[in-house]
Amino acid sequence: MSAPLVSVKDLKVHFEVRGGLFSPQKTVRAVDGVSFDIGRGEILSLVGESGSGKTTTGKAILRLVGATAGEVRFEGEPVSRKNSELHEFRKKAQMIYQDPYQSLNPREYVVDIVAEPLDVNGLVDTAAQREERVKQALAAAGLQPPEDFLYRYPYELSGGQRQRAALASSLILDPAFVVADEPVSMLDASIRTGIVKLMLKQRDERGIAYLFITHDLSLAWLISDRIAIMYLGRIMETGNADVIIRRGLHPYTRALVGIMPVPGVERAGKRNLLAGDIPSAASFIPGCKFASRCPTAQEICRAECPELVEAEPGHSVACHFVKGA
Amino acid sequence: MEAQTKLLDVKGLRAYFRMGKGALRAVDGVDFGLDYGEALGIVGESGCGKTTSALSICRMLPREGYIAGGEIFVEGIDYARLSDDEIRAHRWKDVSIIFQGAMNAMNPVKRVGFQIAEAIELHEGADRKAAMNRAGDLLELVEIPRDRLSRYPHEFSGGMKQRAMIAMALACGAKLVIGDEPTTALDVMIQAQILDLLERLRRERRMGLILITHDLSILGETCDRIAVMYAGKIVETGTVRDVFDRAAHPYTRRLISCFPRIGGEKVVPEGIDGFPPNLIDPPRGCRFHPRCLEARAACREIEPQTRRLSATHSVACHLAEVKS
Repeated sequence: MSAPLVSVKDLKVHFEVRGGLFSPQKTVRAVDGVSFDIGRGEILSLVGESGSGKTTTGKAILRLVGATAGEVRFEGEPVSRKNSELHEFRKKAQMIYQDPYQSLNPREYVVDIVAEPLDVNGLVDTAAQREERVKQALAAAGLQPPEDFLYRYPYELSGGQRQRAALASSLILDPAFVVADEPVSMLDASIRTGIVKLMLKQRDERGIAYLFITHDLSLAWLISDRIAIMYLGRIMETGNADVIIRRGLHPYTRALVGIMPVPGVERAGKRNLLAGDIPSAASFIPGCKFASRCPTAQEICRAECPELVEAEPGHSVACHFVKGA
Repeated sequence: MEAQTKLLDVKGLRAYFRMGKGALRAVDGVDFGLDYGEALGIVGESGCGKTTSALSICRMLPREGYIAGGEIFVEGIDYARLSDDEIRAHRWKDVSIIFQGAMNAMNPVKRVGFQIAEAIELHEGADRKAAMNRAGDLLELVEIPRDRLSRYPHEFSGGMKQRAMIAMALACGAKLVIGDEPTTALDVMIQAQILDLLERLRRERRMGLILITHDLSILGETCDRIAVMYAGKIVETGTVRDVFDRAAHPYTRRLISCFPRIGGEKVVPEGIDGFPPNLIDPPRGCRFHPRCLEARAACREIEPQTRRLSATHSVACHLAEVKS
């Protein structure tokens, strides 16, 4: 069996923070032992609430933030911790950000924004060549005709067009792997699907693998092969997208699925809401991270942290009350 | 009294913005109403006039904006005709509004309790102690422990801040509450909590609720009726069932199809090509015709009038008339 494209093992990202001048230093465990693999052309959605560590996981894989512990392998090779050795990796692994209003330099023309990866890596020799590559990328991102967009500023584009320009820039080096951090959550539903289709098309045509970070479970179900549910720095459950939605086993997964709004459906009876908020990642939780909000938590849940174990092939759950296979 | 007077009755409302090139007709002749204890959802893409409609009711339009025509009756009083001074007596007391990302609207250097109490003091002339007491009751109403009164906004989570903003909106007992994307910036679990809270308050206080959102998926379980807005007009209105099961306007149908249905077929929805039009110079005929896949010659020339399909269901589309 060939190695997965991306393999993440026991990844941890901790930040040291000081609450105030005289308060003791605290450790924020943004990512606290996360493992998963992504195959070529596969889409894995990382789903969770704000503060669950989804974005930090994505950034740590791309080495945009330093990992405290753990290993990331890309095409079977460990990703170097030295910036000087990251050049090749960075050409093949890209990121798309949530907010196309902030991620594009407002003072640059679209052509310069999209060509930046080419310029940084010295991949084009002539201006004509550069413009040609940019036009191809814009067309692939659905900005037609591309000539019309080259010499426009981001403010002249709509939200959807901006996100397409960001996508063009991410895809211009023909990456094998893209971390997409909530790429459509700022957009209207009517525009969203166009961007999603574009991403799926790139997967089908070029075999790009995505780590799709989202809080929208229905979108995750729609586009991904597998879903990983994240809570407070750890993965609670992971498996095939349909399995997670139809017969998720973790109480947190079930809570998320239970409140998923479905268009046009009136709620029968009361919703089963989790009370309160996600706890601070700066508080040390010895047991299961979800125990404080879990409707079925027992003594053991507060004392011991459950490991992610396989409940059936390809479906793993981190809960003391779900039996391993 | 309540039986005869509707809580809200908006007739032919037009709200424009002064722009260099002329007037931007953000809201261009809309009618809608609301009874006590009822919830109306207003849905549409960004830039369709949803927020402008809401701001018009509270008379909180920005400087460039003005009400160009129509009537806004709230409990029988036409807010469109009130002076700035007169409206101040009603705003927050009879009508209040909760904004998107309102949690960032609190003053960061003042305690939350003080901020809520201040509104009560100003509007009702209550003394500090009584106002603080009421503020504590309000926090408990939105399920925040009373002892949080003395905390600062940064000590609240996003969901708690939004709850506190709801408490402020209710501080003076408003009967009409407008939520302008009140949950859009929040997480799904917090969103569900806030919607549950609004629903409970609506029942308990017989409050009229207008929920403005671009997220159709949350309307089914929260609202009684839905108005679909496009390019400054209401193109369809009806009960939740009318709109979801018998959508008569092509825009409504396309909008609904933009949301994936879990458990259904895994097909990425079509979306709607193009954008809502420029409202300084909107298209002739039906404003949706440039994006409508079903448009015919008449749609390009003649503006469709709103027609009743049933006692609860109206639509402004030439084609719907043919079908029904």
